[in-house]
Amino acid sequence: MGTETKEPVTLERFIRLYGKHRNLLSGDDTAQMATLRDRAMDHFAELGLPHTGLESWRLTDLTESLSREYIYHLGQRTVEDIHKVFRCTIPHLDTAVIGQLNGWHVSKDVPLMELGNGIIMGSLSEARKKYPQLVEKYYGTVADDAGEAFTALNTAFAQDGVFIYIPDNVRSPKPVQLINVIHDEENLFLQSRNLVVVGNGARLSLVHCDDSYNHQPSFSNIVTEVHVSDHGALDHYKLQSLNNNSTLVSTVAFGLGEEASLESHFISLNGGLLRNNIRVAFHGRNARADLMGLYLMDRKQHVDYNVFVDHAVPHCTSTETFKGILDEHARAVFNGHVLVRQDAAGTDARQSNRNILLTDTARVNSKPFLEIYNDDVKCSHGSTTGQLDQESMFYLRQRGIGEETARMLLMFAFADEIVSKIAIPQLRLRLEDMVKKRLQGELQICEQCVLHCSTPEHPVEFRIDMGKV
Amino acid sequence: MLLQIKDLHAGINGKEILRGVNLEVNKGEVHAIMGPNGTGKSTLASVIAGREVFDVTRGEVVYKGTDLLGLAVEDRAREGIFLGFQYPVEIPGVSINNFMRTAVNEIRKHKGLDPLSGGDFLRVMEERKRLVEITSNLTNRSVNEGFSGGEKKKNEIFQMAMLEPELAILDETDSGLDIDALRIVANGVNKLRRPDNAFVVITHYQRLLEYIVPDFVHVLFQGRIVKSGGKELALELEEKGYDWIKKEQEA
Repeated sequence: MGTETKEPVTLERFIRLYGKHRNLLSGDDTAQMATLRDRAMDHFAELGLPHTGLESWRLTDLTESLSREYIYHLGQRTVEDIHKVFRCTIPHLDTAVIGQLNGWHVSKDVPLMELGNGIIMGSLSEARKKYPQLVEKYYGTVADDAGEAFTALNTAFAQDGVFIYIPDNVRSPKPVQLINVIHDEENLFLQSRNLVVVGNGARLSLVHCDDSYNHQPSFSNIVTEVHVSDHGALDHYKLQSLNNNSTLVSTVAFGLGEEASLESHFISLNGGLLRNNIRVAFHGRNARADLMGLYLMDRKQHVDYNVFVDHAVPHCTSTETFKGILDEHARAVFNGHVLVRQDAAGTDARQSNRNILLTDTARVNSKPFLEIYNDDVKCSHGSTTGQLDQESMFYLRQRGIGEETARMLLMFAFADEIVSKIAIPQLRLRLEDMVKKRLQGELQICEQCVLHCSTPEHPVEFRIDMGKV
Repeated sequence: MLLQIKDLHAGINGKEILRGVNLEVNKGEVHAIMGPNGTGKSTLASVIAGREVFDVTRGEVVYKGTDLLGLAVEDRAREGIFLGFQYPVEIPGVSINNFMRTAVNEIRKHKGLDPLSGGDFLRVMEERKRLVEITSNLTNRSVNEGFSGGEKKKNEIFQMAMLEPELAILDETDSGLDIDALRIVANGVNKLRRPDNAFVVITHYQRLLEYIVPDFVHVLFQGRIVKSGGKELALELEEKGYDWIKKEQEA
């Protein structure tokens, strides 16, 4: 169904595809969604694919990634054995797992779970058929099709992804883990669209993993829209562990209602080229967003964090704490833009980006940026890039600690400011371990994802165990 | 002999600071090195500990019969050299617990000993904390982070107690301490004095030497030890001031 030939990623290709398959793509759309789709395609055609001539892409060159040939499947292919794909989860991490393979939701039996407490989770494509009004209410409202080409492209071609709905005043009984696996014999171009709604006064912990299980090149364009309604709370984790041939453009757009709170943790451990667009829009007063990020890159890996926080209403707080360790020829870009609009009195916004370069060939470009149109605000930003502190190294070594161990201790301590904020204990332990391994150069993508290393005593729990929910 | 320094010349960025230092330290001895600011006291401590920014241009340092200058910083430490820092470094994210356990076990490994178990380590740590009169939960905090000047220096003495060095060099440990902290630091040192270890106490003032009574006092001036004597030399210096030395040297 709609399988294309292997081609580079070009504007012409998508225009042609859209013309040919529009009916297939919008088959289950409501009128409103179909309009959104057409409009997004117009935006994309107008914007074109990003290039280094654009300020926000100046330091991230997609030319090589786009010029590779990929297959783009406009239809889900049968999954032979999902157990082979989704091995197991982090030991003792008790989560409700939702799986995605190559951008498509995968389930053993029911594509959409509807739990007794009103929680809905599963395939977005299924949710659009079953709950069109509910999806329509939130879909496309925080993602910026007009301004961002990849978001527009995603909206134009959106087919499947994950839908999570936590009704008002419901607390999700356990963390939801969204595992997005890329695994194919061919080079894939893939897109998925996720929609997460946390109702008024509701709570959710969401662990979102992007993983690859082999070394095949891929290009993913993933858009996740997240609504945290009034008094709602979301603890969000985005873990990225992709192979060195993969390109990922991930856009997570958060909309926060009154007194909503968001804690978001981005952890990039591996990937060829990672672009993380993080968007936060405050829709109600007294909301709070704490954004944290950690990236550990080596070889020729490239990571780009592009963070935009929009303070449009009064009395909201945002913090950004992003830290990176770069080895060998790795490159990191951090662009943090905080906009405090005229009406946003009482805004408290802090930005911090700190980097350690382990070699002369690693590079960082960091640009925290505050744009303020109100006088009654507290704002700060800071950025540092340097080597491991030589005084600290000498201090540790003077106590008998070997040079390598001393470096490890200092790097881990640097990373720990982010890792220690992880509220799920099993996840924190696993990530501590992974960060240590990553820093020792032991963590690489192998036959299977590092996040889900196989242990026989922890079989796949792919289906949600209703008894536990 | 524990330490023998012969005609040591050392400097930084081509600028010579030590210009022929000679010093011998035996086990069981406490040496005080005094002198005006900027005469090379801290440089001497740094060169013995192995700080890499200093270049040794001439002379030798023999420690326990081997050439010390050929050893890496950590190997000197594992062989029993401890430097109490004038300005202890803050290391956020590394707990004193983890720091000391790593250090103790790397030193034990160097000596061919098994690592201390968690329980044994905690027991030793509690005992040494008492020795240096640390009552707070200092050890769960990050190394020196947010510590007061006194806490930082107490923490240096605590680390010394944990690592049980053979040769401890205390670089202006008394600077910035009030009298209570000074007494606690000095008590720690006195409790750790043994016939099989030695201390080199670097200080600008005689005050510390009222609490840590030295066997020998040396005056370092313009990169050389120009005067040596017993503990009474410190008193004489206190009385006459460093100008006395300057005049004597100029004469």
